[in-house]
Amino acid sequence: MAVKTLTIDGRPITAEEGATVLQAATEAGIKIPTLCHLEGVYDVGACRLCIVEITGTTKLLPACTTKVSEGMEVQTQTERLRNYRRMILELLFAERNHVCAVCVSNGHCELQTLAYSQGMEHIRYDYTFPKWNVDTTHRLFGMDHNRCVLCTRCVRACWHIEGAGTKNIAGRGATSKIITDLNQPWGDSDSCTECGKCVMACPTGALFQKGSTVGEMVHDRDKLEFIVTAREKKQWVAAD
Amino acid sequence: MSKRIIIDPVTRIEGHAKISIFLDDAGNVSDAEFHVVEFRGFEKFCEGRPYTEMPGITQRICGICPVSHTLASAKAGDALMAVNIPPAADKLRRLLNLGQIIQSHALSFFHLSAPDFLLGWDTAPAQRNVFGLIAANKELARAGIRLRQFGQEIIQVLGDKKIHPAWAVPGGVRSALSDEGRAKIRAWLPEAFATTKVAFELWKKTMETHQREIQIFGNFPSLFMGLVAADGTWEHHGGKLRFTDSSGSIIADRLDALNYLDFIGESVQGNSYLKSPYYKPLGFPAGIYRVGPLARLNICQQMGVPQADAELKKFKKLGHGAVTSSFLYHYARLIEILACIEYVERYMDDPELSSDYLRADAGINNLRAVGVSEAPRGTLFHDYTVDRNGLLQKVNLIVATGQNNLAMNQTVAQIARHYVRGNEIPEPMLNRVEHGIRCYDPCLSCSTHAVGQMPLRVQLIAPDGSVLNEAMRG
Repeated sequence: MAVKTLTIDGRPITAEEGATVLQAATEAGIKIPTLCHLEGVYDVGACRLCIVEITGTTKLLPACTTKVSEGMEVQTQTERLRNYRRMILELLFAERNHVCAVCVSNGHCELQTLAYSQGMEHIRYDYTFPKWNVDTTHRLFGMDHNRCVLCTRCVRACWHIEGAGTKNIAGRGATSKIITDLNQPWGDSDSCTECGKCVMACPTGALFQKGSTVGEMVHDRDKLEFIVTAREKKQWVAAD
Repeated sequence: MSKRIIIDPVTRIEGHAKISIFLDDAGNVSDAEFHVVEFRGFEKFCEGRPYTEMPGITQRICGICPVSHTLASAKAGDALMAVNIPPAADKLRRLLNLGQIIQSHALSFFHLSAPDFLLGWDTAPAQRNVFGLIAANKELARAGIRLRQFGQEIIQVLGDKKIHPAWAVPGGVRSALSDEGRAKIRAWLPEAFATTKVAFELWKKTMETHQREIQIFGNFPSLFMGLVAADGTWEHHGGKLRFTDSSGSIIADRLDALNYLDFIGESVQGNSYLKSPYYKPLGFPAGIYRVGPLARLNICQQMGVPQADAELKKFKKLGHGAVTSSFLYHYARLIEILACIEYVERYMDDPELSSDYLRADAGINNLRAVGVSEAPRGTLFHDYTVDRNGLLQKVNLIVATGQNNLAMNQTVAQIARHYVRGNEIPEPMLNRVEHGIRCYDPCLSCSTHAVGQMPLRVQLIAPDGSVLNEAMRG
């Protein structure tokens, strides 16, 4: 496979053709903040936290869906990027009801970790305090739309790892919503296999195991990558 | 012309409040009211949340007694699931509550109230606080602060945090007592006992010099309510509810908290965010009852631990049937601190607290449940109604301070009648009136389900609403 050479933050990097800037950076040990990205499922560029500056274009591009090209010059840590990332996080917090202190994922939340790491000290926007419900109709799991960042990791895990296609997204803009089957209570879903991969995939406390109390919900995200890798490399198929 | 004196806000209590004193045409006190001027709204915004989150959410009502809320909430959760929690979990929750009572009572006694009776009512306000206490008696102040710390350490050892531990959960608790934690608590016990001994000695002297306060700081007949064990032993977490009257007679016993609406009514007054609960069979306001340390000691026969039992005997001699002076809340608080330390000592020898069987599991089996626990200030009720999926439909919280509301009004009026004359607002008078409130160690953050600094404002107001006189401090 052809190899592309590029620079990220001034460092010369080589990456395989077809790789994303995020993959190339990760490979080179350069950390770009992500939220909707999840190892094991394809990228959709939904959250825009991984935006980077690329010489030759004034647009900020998401590292997770931008492919590397020969001679590309990428900047991942400029003041402009940091400002936008903080703004994105603030908007995410303002958009729904994120109350870390009493959240099941407190201390294990990617949104919270990002807010700390990106220096988000306060929120400049008015909280919208939307009215969202909690769906605890499922036997094992709950969905709290108040804590959802619409990253669609759960949807991608459900469709492309489990293959059940239970989770989906409905609506437009900030009022979009993760739904189950045809927008019915999770507990009424025919397609859900109760595998829990969506819960593992969730970056926040939006999806949780029922009965979880403050800070108790630890998402085992690595398991998804493990399953996908094992499947792709046929690690569970006995060699003849 | 009749007038009104307003103390706003009241200082050295937990929360925001003001006092109105009504004067008649002759300048004598005709009545007094205690108003709570903060509003929280927990009962409303908890609607729609899963019951499993409630011990975490409701403990945010308060930074002083989060443990009380988390425990009452966890108990309500147990009852929604209809489970018996593992015995070790019950003991561990009790240990947490003992720590809570010790730290809260130490705060009330040493930080908030002792400056009044140890430094004197007429000490300048700038010195009449815990810093003044440090200046006057460094060792005592230090010991008091350390005693509070002891209680907080117990909470931290169990729940990993001194404030808002996410530890008690529906069905039990999340972790056991570690060997390290056990050793830490055990090592602190001798100091805690020693401080308590000093506090008792001080209190005995205070009683000798404060006979007048005992007589007029909230000394009136009322009912008393609290949890008590089946054999009449002092309780703080289990047991059933009991009401006694001021003669010491039991008027209702073995009451189930689930049916509290049958025997507790809540009156809403236009001038306060604090509701006034009363004993329903006697109606409002005749059903006035007190809760908290004074009530718990009045309704029980014994503390169940030797040193505190010896003190309880002396305490009971201070009344005919029941001890009716609210000034003696302070004494009751000290006896409870001692009892708590004795119980903590007992638990340190109990291997079950290291058990790993700590949590019962179940779905929703009751759609309504009431969790009741004794908070430092008195009996706390968490009443939850959920749907089949465990989401809160209705929340009602009855907190200790609310239940003492009527008694606090009477106390303020009684003190004001003795000290207030005419238009003048002498500062030491105000302090005595405020102390009437401090006897109850009210927690207004809890009772209105905020925290802040409280300078004091006093207004003398004519019936037409015009301000005749005003005094300010803070």
